[in-house]
Amino acid sequence: MKRLLTCSTMVAALFAGAASANDGLMSAIDNPNDWVIQTGDYANTRYSKLNQINRHNVKRLQVAWTFSTGVLRGHEGSPLVIGDTMYVHTPFPNIVYALDLNNDGAIKWKYEPKQDPDVIPVMCCDTVNRGLAHANNTIFLHQADTTIVALDAASGEVKWTAVNGDPAKGETNTATVLPVKDKIIVGISGGEFGVQGHVTAYNMETGEREWRAYSMGPDDQMLVDPEKTTHLGKPIGENSSLDSWEGDQWKIGGGSTWGWYSYDPELDLIYYGTGNPSTWNPAQRPGDNKWSMTIMARDPDDGMARWFYQMTPHDEWDYDGINEMILTDQEVDGEMRKLLTHFDRNGLAYTMDRGTGELLVAEKFDPVVNWTTGVDMDPESETYGRPQVVAEFSTEQNGEDVNTTGICPAALGTKDQQPAAFSPRTNLFYVPTNHVCMDYEPFRVSYTAGQPYVGATLAMYPAPDSHGGMGNFIAWDNIKGEIVWSLPEKFSVWSGALATAGDIVFYGTLEGHLKAVDARSGAELYKFKTPSGIIGNVMTYKHDGKQYVGILSGIGGWAGIGLAAGLTNPNDGLGAVGGYAALSNYTALGGQLTVFALPD
Amino acid sequence: MLHHTRTIVAITFVMPIALGSFAHAEDKEEDVAALVQAAYEEDGKHFTEDDIPTYKVAEDGTVDWYTFSGFRRYHSECHVCHGPDGEGSSYAPALKKSALEMDYYDFVDVVVNGRKNVGASDNSVMPSFGDNKNVMCYLDDMYVYLRARGTDAIPRGRPGKKDRPSETFRENEDACMG
Repeated sequence: MKRLLTCSTMVAALFAGAASANDGLMSAIDNPNDWVIQTGDYANTRYSKLNQINRHNVKRLQVAWTFSTGVLRGHEGSPLVIGDTMYVHTPFPNIVYALDLNNDGAIKWKYEPKQDPDVIPVMCCDTVNRGLAHANNTIFLHQADTTIVALDAASGEVKWTAVNGDPAKGETNTATVLPVKDKIIVGISGGEFGVQGHVTAYNMETGEREWRAYSMGPDDQMLVDPEKTTHLGKPIGENSSLDSWEGDQWKIGGGSTWGWYSYDPELDLIYYGTGNPSTWNPAQRPGDNKWSMTIMARDPDDGMARWFYQMTPHDEWDYDGINEMILTDQEVDGEMRKLLTHFDRNGLAYTMDRGTGELLVAEKFDPVVNWTTGVDMDPESETYGRPQVVAEFSTEQNGEDVNTTGICPAALGTKDQQPAAFSPRTNLFYVPTNHVCMDYEPFRVSYTAGQPYVGATLAMYPAPDSHGGMGNFIAWDNIKGEIVWSLPEKFSVWSGALATAGDIVFYGTLEGHLKAVDARSGAELYKFKTPSGIIGNVMTYKHDGKQYVGILSGIGGWAGIGLAAGLTNPNDGLGAVGGYAALSNYTALGGQLTVFALPD
Repeated sequence: MLHHTRTIVAITFVMPIALGSFAHAEDKEEDVAALVQAAYEEDGKHFTEDDIPTYKVAEDGTVDWYTFSGFRRYHSECHVCHGPDGEGSSYAPALKKSALEMDYYDFVDVVVNGRKNVGASDNSVMPSFGDNKNVMCYLDDMYVYLRARGTDAIPRGRPGKKDRPSETFRENEDACMG
């Protein structure tokens, strides 16, 4: 382990040249031989122009090499490849390895932070970490305990550290960071511990904090302009958040920001979603609970909000709205539009104009979604943009201490954080999904700093009257708002997808399979069982003229909670053909990177 | 499993007289039911003859309110690590077993103070819940629920029929939750 103190005299010298980092990262993203950002590109398309491995030859794929991370818990995210070096991260304790691709993956350097293990139980749902970021010859690690570390990419030496939150208050981290211009953009976890969620920008060269925008609270804390920040085209007005909460509940109101971030360099806006309001008991927080469950567009320079769109006002189901925003330029009604597509936990897929925040499409991306009949799309309506809630499935209307049954989707959403991919060759989105429903009973809960603040009990089970499995991998048309094809999976698909110019789409399964399917038909072309279940994201790179595909295995995360024990089905006898059999019958713990290539 | 069962019985019988030694299991096979047998009731709350809180499931499957309350609070506070129905997860133990393997006072001690098992291959940390009302006000409820699960007195999932909460439960809850 290497640990150097930040030297303040060096900081001034390094200050120059910071503004060019953005250009450097953008040209690196444009080089398909590298994988320099977790999301594939700033637009979060997870699309690679590499086509050496394609739909004709992918069936011949073989394992080229493997690497054990030495850590057993859930492995999310993916490695990065910059030039001749691969950077691999692990769950807590958040080890970083630099592997030499010119020397059979030998370890060039290793960095292991010292973290107080007390952070482990404050992390909801395992100790996952969604990976490293790179810019300006620097690797950025955001640890579980919210310490951000800038490491020299060549040596692994610490350039600076900064602390973003306080685990004693339930603030932790699972996410990667987004380098933009001379800053890195950083989120926070802790929606189940009553944090007041925020996004923060740090100076890339010095680690100094530059701005922080809270998800809820007074206007100045949220970095909004009541006249210029809009919601569906109209100014949000003064005290838009405070007026939507009762009393001081917003101070422990959640709205965490642990998802993926995207950036549009032309519009100069960053995009992300805010999470569920705290607690899960809606009766304890009357109001719309703004701006939880909201898609946000902000100026990266000063954090000011351009537009918001609240998807699920006054959440009653824990439909944590943090999933990624995928930025594409596509034709709509004969006109090229700058679009943002978002697959929300609530089971609706939204297509929006990312410049204005105009809502174009909002449709269910799993037909079993039943808590809403759909979104009011009439701009003249008083409830424009709001989902129409079905009373039978409203935990608010049914009240505290009442068990609302048969709600689809379950709290883990029709899709969780596992990112989708987009291929400009097919104009389709490839979406890993959950096919799980739930019973939900809210009840009174008391707040204590640093302690869980949940207030509901849930039972989850495979969607009834369906194929019996708990997942689907789907292709989605974001203009029509329609599923093009859907592949049933035994378990939730908890792995990030990768689309390539070879017209194939890769994803992993909880049993541990890496699968490749035809981008147009969905036909399975290749499958290989890795040592443990996959909750990581597929990546690809080219080295010495050869294309490789890499995936982290290591079961855990949210999926490791319920699925490891097997979800219960209160409607036994529906003929669910073992779909809810325990995951532990298929796989066990183990962190490993598997890298595939075509034979010589 | 049988071995465990016998050990539990031994521990629980030793505990009330505060003996430190863990005498090895009795040769005769003790039924685990004896360990959790409800001996008396106070305002809807059941206890063993050693004054340890326990569950009561009626012949028609109706569970006592405390067991049901434990089901709810377990799935709010514990389930994100320990899995549904006390079954365990990929990184935390099955508490339906722990509740039988540990005596009441050890169980309370671990919940209140937490426990760490951190090493080369294990990063297992149980936090301290001592100042969490959502746990401390329902500690007995969770304990009896998990013991009911551990003995398979109730199946997985939400208990179907349940007693109504007693006045005493409501009074204690209001006083504890504040």
